Amino acid sequence: MSWWETHELARQARVGRYVVLFVFGALSLAFFRVQVLRSDRYQMLSRENRLRPVPIPAPRGLITDRNGIVLAENVPGYSISLLAAAPESLSATMDRLAEVLPIDSTARVAVFEQHRRAPTEPVLLKRDVPFDVVSALEEQRPWNPGLVIQSDPKRRYPEGPVLAHALGYVGEITEEELRSGTHRGARGGTLLGRDGLEQQYDDRLRGRDGVAFVEVDALGRTVRTGGVESMLPPDPGETIATTIDVRLQQFVDSLFPVGARGAVAAVDPRSGEVLVLYSAPSYDPNDLVGGIDIDAWQTLSQRQDFPLFNRATQGRYPPASPWKLAVAAAALRRGVVTMDAHMAIPCRGGMQYYNRYFRCWRVEGHGDLALAEAVQYSCDVYFYQLGLKLGLPALLQDGNAMGFGERSGIDLPNEYRPLFPPSGEYFNQRYGPRGWTNAVTLNLSIGQGENAQTLINMVRFYSALASPRGVAPEPRFVRGDDAPMRGLGLSPDALAGLRQALVAVVDRGTAAGAQIANLQVAGKTGTAQNAQGLDHGWFIGFAPAENPEIVVGAIVEFAEHGSRVAPLVTRVIARHLLGPAAAASRGDRYAIDVPADSAPEPLFILPDSALMRSPARDTSDGAATRN
Amino acid sequence: MRQLGIDRSTLGVAGLLVALGLLTLFSAGETEVPSSAAGIWRRQLVWLALGIVAATIAFRVSPRMLEWVTPLVYAVAIALLGLTLLVGTGGGTAAGAKSWLAIGGIRLGQPVELAKIGAILMLARHFGAAREPPVTLTAMLPAVAIVALPFVLVGLQPDLGSALVFVGILFAMLFWIGVRPSLLLLLASPLISLLLAFSTESWGVWIVFLTIVLLVVRPYVLEGLLVWLGNVTMGVMALELWKNLAPYQQNRLLSFLNPELDPRATGWHIIQSKVAIGSGGILGKGFTAGTQKRLAFLPEQHTDFIFSVLGEEFGFVGVIAVLVLFAVLLFVLIRVARNAVDGYSSLVVAGIAGMLITHILVNVGMTIGLMPIVGIPLPFFSYGGSFLLTCCVALGLVLRIAWDSRLSGYGSV
Repeated sequence: MSWWETHELARQARVGRYVVLFVFGALSLAFFRVQVLRSDRYQMLSRENRLRPVPIPAPRGLITDRNGIVLAENVPGYSISLLAAAPESLSATMDRLAEVLPIDSTARVAVFEQHRRAPTEPVLLKRDVPFDVVSALEEQRPWNPGLVIQSDPKRRYPEGPVLAHALGYVGEITEEELRSGTHRGARGGTLLGRDGLEQQYDDRLRGRDGVAFVEVDALGRTVRTGGVESMLPPDPGETIATTIDVRLQQFVDSLFPVGARGAVAAVDPRSGEVLVLYSAPSYDPNDLVGGIDIDAWQTLSQRQDFPLFNRATQGRYPPASPWKLAVAAAALRRGVVTMDAHMAIPCRGGMQYYNRYFRCWRVEGHGDLALAEAVQYSCDVYFYQLGLKLGLPALLQDGNAMGFGERSGIDLPNEYRPLFPPSGEYFNQRYGPRGWTNAVTLNLSIGQGENAQTLINMVRFYSALASPRGVAPEPRFVRGDDAPMRGLGLSPDALAGLRQALVAVVDRGTAAGAQIANLQVAGKTGTAQNAQGLDHGWFIGFAPAENPEIVVGAIVEFAEHGSRVAPLVTRVIARHLLGPAAAASRGDRYAIDVPADSAPEPLFILPDSALMRSPARDTSDGAATRN
Repeated sequence: MRQLGIDRSTLGVAGLLVALGLLTLFSAGETEVPSSAAGIWRRQLVWLALGIVAATIAFRVSPRMLEWVTPLVYAVAIALLGLTLLVGTGGGTAAGAKSWLAIGGIRLGQPVELAKIGAILMLARHFGAAREPPVTLTAMLPAVAIVALPFVLVGLQPDLGSALVFVGILFAMLFWIGVRPSLLLLLASPLISLLLAFSTESWGVWIVFLTIVLLVVRPYVLEGLLVWLGNVTMGVMALELWKNLAPYQQNRLLSFLNPELDPRATGWHIIQSKVAIGSGGILGKGFTAGTQKRLAFLPEQHTDFIFSVLGEEFGFVGVIAVLVLFAVLLFVLIRVARNAVDGYSSLVVAGIAGMLITHILVNVGMTIGLMPIVGIPLPFFSYGGSFLLTCCVALGLVLRIAWDSRLSGYGSV
């Protein structure tokens, strides 16, 4: 029996037609039921009653420190919204409520704008309304249908200014962000993380808003609440457990010279976990939550000392002497020197190079030194010669390989990219092929010149120095995804030698005043030349020297010398490793004279970067170079 | 004037449907609230022009030629589906799914549409070569495999709605070559079990019914046993698995199966669609005057829920008119399939009919709450370039096959 026969086909066609008739008959019946039999009911729903979804804000996830102490939390608050069918009824209701809930004219414009964009959604009138206003409005409800009073948790940061730069703050979504649609599930009035961890982990912290269905009539008045459809509860945001040690952060804040500008960062070199990220001066993020008036914002963003600027990830400073370790690492890696190698010219307080005289920081000179001693005393003359021996191409190549041309990769938004020449071609482009001399090599060798690093990137480099195999992960606030590792490519012997030299710095070298009893600390001081005023002080240290558990870096603007910063760092280390008692015993905080007339961005060596750049611009240009 | 014109009924019905579709699409863009559907009918017009060109080309291709290139078309379609899984992008409301191929950010089309044609042609070639219909489940395995490949690839995107269309095509073509209905039932039984598993009583009734069918039909013992066990597994497993999930996990699973619409909002969509259709009444609110649509209560009014716009504005009369047009089109397709000069051509038309009826049933049924919300477009109505092109190519093939049968004297049968 073949299917390809006339009578077979005729039978299939007949059955096929029945199937079609059945399907379309069933559909027609369904439409008959809805459109003819039940039409009245649906017409009423359509004409007189309409369902409106009212979003229920999802509580934002908490942020905690490594011991579970809450760093960002939600406190009860109320917001007032209005469901209105037309702008006229919106305006009438606002007038009626004006006595209890005054709304100024600029806010009114925004309210109408929001209503124009999404007329079927409730329009947010005011956030964070005090409870007495809420109860007064509750009484007014019968005369003001469409009034939506909602519990709308408010963000609070218990630590205030101490953690402002690491945490960031939250702010209402802007018109442009809403239009771009990059934030999943966002609507008008959604709070987004601004800066810091709030921004970095916004997707996880935000959760998903729920919906309550409200029945309104043709005039936009609420008929019933929750009558027709059940409410869909919101999904609360995820709690983000960070690696911050808030007690250590508070300790740093208590030690940091009052009124000084600078930053401190502490990282566990074994895991890359960030324990402390501190930037001064700071601001109180609680003032920025849920809208801030324009004047206050302008004062904050235009203040001379830029409190909004995160000096640990955005401040670019000449890395100065701490960078000598990078020169030493490059030379050791290439086998140019050993730890015992001496240079041709002993230090007599400076060195003649063609027609220029390059000074050592110590006018009396250091004499004839081996590499280990040169690190210990931070002898400039030794490193001038080491840089020349290494040569500019090798210095730049190794510098880039060790990550000095890239962001540290810390999980914070808007990290600035350090400035470091990608190759010798950079100088040709900047000064013209004959416009520069090998003197740039000498400047680079001591961490000056065309080199500006962020504190966090220097800490990342020292984390690698501090780890047994010379490899350290990128710094991270949140455990989870495996952070990429970056290594120095040094042999264990060379690493041990450098570490020994760094121990000697604190034991008897430039940071001898910062020793801690019962603890061997390794570290390096630095003094970044500042054309505009007093020099900036660096110190980066780690301990215990034989098996480091913490790397702490600090930069203090106008501190004159790194040795004045060293005690700050060693005390933070002592507090972390030996407990509060060991750290509290020594000295008082010291004062630093901050010149009133100088700009906060200390970088004047590179003409194009001397001006402080907006984070947005930097990100885009950084991304372009990375491609 | 030539005696043997092209098939006027096919062309006439399709032309009417396209015109009505454009009108509805125009209306869908007329809203009080700014929406993405505004002015979209102009773009659909451009796609229609492209579609007419494609249909003309399809009309020019001889069925012999078509049969010869069939494996190539199928292979290209499968390759594109694979590529889409690797580099595909989301589109519109289904941003989470990978269903689009794009070059440099410009979305070129949805390969699933080509795959529908490819699967129809490949099945036609497979069945056309054999004279006898398969009488056992085992004999149907190659055909099932032809459809399973695109089904799985599309399901992984994930786009369950489009994957379902392949099942519709397979069953329509199996039916057309005369596979016994009982065998079709057995083939479909595991799916039916899965659907019924959410109500223990109905599943129990089903399994008793299936057992009786198995005893009456008497397939090979091994096959019968496998079918029965498959049903039991589906029924028992599905229920247990589902019960063990937390509500939010169930939601996630639903949104995985159906990324087109947020499951948290599906109830909302069905209510709004039914209110729109129901409030249209017998005669409707008038062209472009639908209030539900105008005030943006109706979701996706230019794609998935365009039939609700029609129902609101033209009422029951309009709905019945369009349903009758669709039914007439399917009748015409059945006639063409029956009169085709060879098995391959006949099967191609049957497959096209299967594709269209699946789209119509699922889309229209969804707007009125008869079908789950899986977003697949309504032929000639929903906005969407790839699908309109597919429909045009399909019609071009049908016209050619009708033309050939007229030439060989079947014209007036």
